[in-house]
Amino acid sequence: MVAVVPGTTGKASPPAVTQRRSRTGYLLLFPGLAWLGVFFAIPFVTLFFTSLQQDVPGKSGKYTAGLQFSNYSEALAEYWPQFLRSFIYAGIATLLALMIAYPLAYFIAFRAGRWRSLMLVLVIAPSFASFLLRTYAWRTILSDEGPITSTLDALHLLPDGRVLNTGIAVVAGLTYNFLPFMILPLYAALEKIDPRLIEAASDLYASPQTAFRKVTWPLSMPGVVAGTLLTFIPAAGDYINAELLGSTKDRMIGNVIQTNFIEFRDYPTASALSFVLMAAILVLVFTYIRRAGTEDLV
Amino acid sequence: MADSAHPVEDLHLRNLTKRFGDHAAVDDLTLTIPAGSFFALLGASGCGKTTTLRMVAGLEDPTEGSIHIGDRDITSLRAFERPVNTVFQSYALFPHLDIFENVAFGLRRRGIKDVKPQVEQMLELVELSALARRKPTQLSGGQQQRVAVARALINRPDVLLLDEPLGALDLKLRRQMQIELKRIQTEVGTTFVHVTHDQEEAMTMADTVAVMNAGRIEQMGHPADIYELPRTVFVANFLGQSNLIQGSADGRSGDDVLISAFGETFRVPASRTFATGSSAVVGVRPEKMTILDLVDADKVPSDHNHLQGRVTDVSYTGVSTQYLVMTPWEQELIVFEQNMIVGDRCEVGDEVVVHWSPQHTFGLDGTAGTTVGVDPEVLDLEAASQALISDVSGS
Repeated sequence: MVAVVPGTTGKASPPAVTQRRSRTGYLLLFPGLAWLGVFFAIPFVTLFFTSLQQDVPGKSGKYTAGLQFSNYSEALAEYWPQFLRSFIYAGIATLLALMIAYPLAYFIAFRAGRWRSLMLVLVIAPSFASFLLRTYAWRTILSDEGPITSTLDALHLLPDGRVLNTGIAVVAGLTYNFLPFMILPLYAALEKIDPRLIEAASDLYASPQTAFRKVTWPLSMPGVVAGTLLTFIPAAGDYINAELLGSTKDRMIGNVIQTNFIEFRDYPTASALSFVLMAAILVLVFTYIRRAGTEDLV
Repeated sequence: MADSAHPVEDLHLRNLTKRFGDHAAVDDLTLTIPAGSFFALLGASGCGKTTTLRMVAGLEDPTEGSIHIGDRDITSLRAFERPVNTVFQSYALFPHLDIFENVAFGLRRRGIKDVKPQVEQMLELVELSALARRKPTQLSGGQQQRVAVARALINRPDVLLLDEPLGALDLKLRRQMQIELKRIQTEVGTTFVHVTHDQEEAMTMADTVAVMNAGRIEQMGHPADIYELPRTVFVANFLGQSNLIQGSADGRSGDDVLISAFGETFRVPASRTFATGSSAVVGVRPEKMTILDLVDADKVPSDHNHLQGRVTDVSYTGVSTQYLVMTPWEQELIVFEQNMIVGDRCEVGDEVVVHWSPQHTFGLDGTAGTTVGVDPEVLDLEAASQALISDVSGS
């Protein structure tokens, strides 16, 4: 957190005004900084030191402070498949969400007319029910006797004859649960586009497809970037969907961290995994924003 | 795409109609816009001028009728297939592209590989070469306007459509851009169709003006011709100011039609009279009238139309003096006098006689009254001030 306070660098301005301004700046920042300090910075440091703790010989489940960096290499060596799976599942879910959300957001922004507000409420409405409850509902929807599974099975589209407890179910759950986080930023970006720009494009010899490619899509990029990040980041760290909809073969890194913390009480490993996940996401996000070339838009 | 092998051609609108529900925004419009002309569609908001323009651009489908350029029927072509480009009211520049790419947009869509020479030439024409790599938001209103013109013109359209292109600019800049647009039009020779509600803009820029009202064209012609001889009450009020007196046509004297009103008789040349029935309106432009003190009434030329009145307001504007003269039948007339007289001007309360030549008089159909085409806000203001006066004098 770098606090840039306007006025502190202005050499020419009278000192009294400068001082008052800088104090106002800090006052405005205080609640946010305090919140971050208590609920992010301190836990962050604690987590970091936990990730470097050592076993107490002879006593399993007891740890002492240390600088055991091998916790990281061991955790990675053991759990890299779950890491990889997390990013693949989250990636597929993000792509699916984008493919579902873009046409929907486009419709709401440009075609919905007076139904616009209602449709936006409907997008958020599922969030009124608990995340857990909704994911449980998907167990029923995708159950072996349910209509979806039996239809797909009748069409011979399912190699194992089931959806529940497979990777497909986990990805479907992730896509469903994070879809509003994709739709809303996309809608916000599309809604800002002046429809006259699309008319101008068609006036300048762009077919509807070209107008979309050259005008609408680039102008909606801020929404695409925000939406994919808001979907990908929580999806990569999620464990509920894999827990409720997947089998043990579909476990994601969130499940591993959760089990290590709650069941094995292997705090150093769990903390190390959390740190690796965080670092990996940061690297991915920065590369992505770079590639999207929209640093100034996000 | 007008090049030497493909000369600019006339734009024909035939029985063009656009209905939104029951409302006819454009009503059976037939019109030929000559190649290479600067044509202005003038009218108040909601008169159908923008709808007409959008139909030519292909952004709106006509309910009936056809649009031709020369012999080619373009009615069913989609916007991106038409040899027509538009300068939009809000410019509609692409915010994610720089000025160069905005201007190059049309060329690139038509698959032209080497756009640089053309874009640079066009930016030079609108004097924006130095700003080629800026984004539209970094430009002033006037500069954005010129980019919009360049972006459309670079495609060498058969017809360039301008939808209130100067509406967003302040007055001074607007004047400048009027001259600029006229210069560009003369330079490139493309047909310009310009939609505006600003009558001064239409008159200074266009060589042909069509005054539109309720989806139809009221009158069309050279700006001076329309101004000097309006054919309807709407045009007389909408284009400039007019003094209109309700009367009735009853008889002729030689080549003149006699219209009587409130006990006075006015002579209007038959060629300047468009009243078909007996209900007629006598009209004259304020600057065509001369004001004289009543004692000098004998100086009024015998063949001139004249009437007596009392001065109720004098506004000195430098170039001219604007008088309000109350007639015996309580109608306020506006008179503009050029400040050529040395000595006393008339003052408020003076009994005067105003006179003007029959050659400056026009006779119009009077069935619709005398206020059609006056800005409704002006009418409201007049009614409000009347109410105020009677209120104050009553208490």
